[in-house]
Amino acid sequence: MIQTPKLVKRPDLIFDLSREGRVGANVPVADTPEVDLTTELGELRKELHLPEVGELDVLRHFTALSHVNYGIETGFYPLGSCTMKYNPRINERTAGLAGFAGLHPMQPADTVPGALELLMRVQEILCELSGFEYVTLQPLAGAHGELTCLMLIRAYHESRGEGASRNVILVPDSAHGTNPASAARCGYQVRSIPTDSAGNTDLDALAKGLDDSVAGLMLTNPSTLGLFEPNIAKICEMVHAAGAQVFCDGANMNAMVGTTRPGDHGFDCMHLNLHKTFSTPHGGGGPGCGAIGVKAHLEPFLPVPVVRRGVSQSVELDEHRPHSIGRVSAYYGQFLMEVRAYTYLLAYGKEYMSDISRHAVLNANYVMARLKDVLPAAFDRPCMHECVLTAEHYKKEHGVRALDISKRLIDYGFHPPTNYFPLIVHEAIMIEPTETETKQTLDAFCDALIAICGEAVAHPHLLHQAPTSQIVGRLDETAAVKNLDVRWRPSVMPPKVEAGK
Amino acid sequence: MAYIPHTKADRREMLATIGVSTIDELFREIPANLRLAPGSLDLPPALDESRLLTHLRELSERNLDSGKLTCFLGAGIYDRFVPATVGAVLSRGEFLTAYTPYQPELSQGYLQSIFEFQSLISELYGMDLANASMYDGATALAEAAIMAHGINGRSTIYVSEAVHPHFRQVLDTYCWPVDLKVRLLPAPEGRTDYSAIEGDAAAVLVQYPNFFGVIENLEAARDATRRAGATFVVCADPIAMAVLRPPGEFDADIVVGEGQPMGVAMGFGGPLVGLFACKSEYVRRIPGRIVGRTTDGHGAPGYVMTLRTREQDIRREKATSNICTNEALMALACTVYLEALGKNGLRQVAETTVRNTSYAAKVLTAAGAKLRFADRVFGEFVIDLPIDARAVQKKLITKGILAGLPLGPYYKGMDQSLLVAVTETRTRSEIDAYAQALKEVLA
Repeated sequence: MIQTPKLVKRPDLIFDLSREGRVGANVPVADTPEVDLTTELGELRKELHLPEVGELDVLRHFTALSHVNYGIETGFYPLGSCTMKYNPRINERTAGLAGFAGLHPMQPADTVPGALELLMRVQEILCELSGFEYVTLQPLAGAHGELTCLMLIRAYHESRGEGASRNVILVPDSAHGTNPASAARCGYQVRSIPTDSAGNTDLDALAKGLDDSVAGLMLTNPSTLGLFEPNIAKICEMVHAAGAQVFCDGANMNAMVGTTRPGDHGFDCMHLNLHKTFSTPHGGGGPGCGAIGVKAHLEPFLPVPVVRRGVSQSVELDEHRPHSIGRVSAYYGQFLMEVRAYTYLLAYGKEYMSDISRHAVLNANYVMARLKDVLPAAFDRPCMHECVLTAEHYKKEHGVRALDISKRLIDYGFHPPTNYFPLIVHEAIMIEPTETETKQTLDAFCDALIAICGEAVAHPHLLHQAPTSQIVGRLDETAAVKNLDVRWRPSVMPPKVEAGK
Repeated sequence: MAYIPHTKADRREMLATIGVSTIDELFREIPANLRLAPGSLDLPPALDESRLLTHLRELSERNLDSGKLTCFLGAGIYDRFVPATVGAVLSRGEFLTAYTPYQPELSQGYLQSIFEFQSLISELYGMDLANASMYDGATALAEAAIMAHGINGRSTIYVSEAVHPHFRQVLDTYCWPVDLKVRLLPAPEGRTDYSAIEGDAAAVLVQYPNFFGVIENLEAARDATRRAGATFVVCADPIAMAVLRPPGEFDADIVVGEGQPMGVAMGFGGPLVGLFACKSEYVRRIPGRIVGRTTDGHGAPGYVMTLRTREQDIRREKATSNICTNEALMALACTVYLEALGKNGLRQVAETTVRNTSYAAKVLTAAGAKLRFADRVFGEFVIDLPIDARAVQKKLITKGILAGLPLGPYYKGMDQSLLVAVTETRTRSEIDAYAQALKEVLA
């Protein structure tokens, strides 16, 4: 079961392979007349310490690096809150089509009708899936979508003369850190709302927190506890009655695709993570892709350009919108990610779309049921697309923490689940299997966790030492901060020119 | 549906283990009036893989891409050479399908590549350090302005009119909710005039080379910024750094840029990758991720995401930014690009660009255009035409040439001006064909 330690050597830094005079690409050769660079440009740069390696060396370097990195195609990735589903390979092929990849974002609209049509169709499908009347694809990531929604809420209140007086955003204590951070970035103060003993939003606390200084509530549904908020319609009514807006954090949309729509729940706006729900690759931490949906009353404030259908059904760009919050990114959002998401959406289509949420929820409940004797759920309810378990009893009785259990999973060949989130669950282990994993994989994973929980009792040192199967063990993060070393430096640094004061 | 591997037997056994008889029962906490029957939404029909490819190909072929139009349009996004190695590396599943490297033991490959990326960007810009990348150049510039406000507490951002108009629009959007004022510095002859900077300046934002391709005088920018006691922010084209003196040599505090020219497809403007570098004294204020080198319990070297207490998942509303992604995959493209080209390859790209630009300026002026600005340029220049630039652009598209960016929509009095970019991928015969076509259009 336990993998033998890999005989993999840490790859050298590319700079250590460098030898004067090598080049790793056949770069275009000029066929225009020679020029004197100093005449053309003025004073030239003297030193440039970039590596000099051959083309094969470059490929071997990155192949070696890939061997010490884990992706979905390597194995199961049960990271709660991250929706690490299969990223279909056909998406890469369509995004690579020259008619998409070779477009300049500032070329005239009449030369890119296919691209605009694609953007429009993605918007239309996302409107239907989310239950909102308008979608924009401008935001570049989930947190960027949150920020954009908050800007829309701010613009809405300003349009009603309440911009200055409504300066508070309510955020549940279970929320992702991006929620309060986005609120702060949008100039708001943050007020925390507690979760009740059943795992739902505390309605009494919400009622107390709602006054006329509140601009909006940011609510994740299903919550980060993996639970659907059963009072969602009532919550939206309460917030609206107080004159505020409700934003849905769409991080957990995978539980709802084709089964229920946030727009129908009463939300005013939401963001969608196309890199989670709609399978665009995470790429090691980006690009994200954060479409947002809004109800009609927020439409006047949407960022420019707005992609819409004109009278003849052709798609046009609307840049002249007097109430718009402006531009939130340079062009049309993460276009090639939209191509991938569109490809994915059409692969499911009307017939299969709800299979996504149905199997995501099935897999999560299955894992929760299989692990209930060793790692109980934080709340005894059906979960949605992910389950939040607690390892608190191992900490109390055996000195083993959730992190130790997770690190031991690496030695069993699995990526760890999310730990210590949401913050309100002690020793949280958050597992999101997604719909694309087989029963066999889930069984192997659960078997490993059950075995590890046995080790936690009998041989806790195995967990404390884990992982031992990789080229590095647990790394000293405190030392990393204390002795900050964030770049390679050439042995001969160029002389730093003294600054004019 | 190939992406969902469950058999009927799997579902049956799993439901039995859970202790329910149908999947619907698992959704019982969703109020019934909010639940939809499977298949009830108004969506397009599912397509198999073969039909999908045909459909997407048809959509893509309705566009006039850089294979159909010879691209002389730049303005911040460039049709540059991308070595085949970039695609080969990016398509590896270990990179493409990885999550953020929060588990360093399983992410040493990505973490080391980011460390190398930070090293390369620091070196390119002549700065102490760089982060793991930002969404795009425009948001990186806006984040730099907000960071400057955090450094000195002042609230007026001075931005050159010769900074990319879209970048300035994003800056305006970011500054509005946090009450930062944005003031424009004029660039009457294509070069920024700094005389309007006052003592309230939080930051001075300059582009280098600027939106018109003009190589700004960073000494003048630095001196004016220092006189005002403001933070000096430069938005710099990374390719130009192969030949121009980097902003670090001019005492820049923060340097940002768009990394797309280094191995990333134009892609209708996304995904891109923002570059962000600064002086080491500001490292704790930097937005986004940073990777650092450390050791494990046995002294083996390894890499981790560091200075994590700046970030949103730990600091929540007190974080330096709400950002929780970088553009890791695109940053990887830049890393492969810079390591493959290296010092010699990048210099060749820059020099070829200069030769092509210089040649294009000559033949286009001979064909009836006039150079708008007298200053030195890198890679791009503005020409004035005897008629509206949009009309010229339209006619040249019918001749297979994407002539550049008409500046009328962005700058007053420039209806007849066209911004022309000439990268290393253009050939002499393509440039000659442009000049010939322009001559015919103007005749």
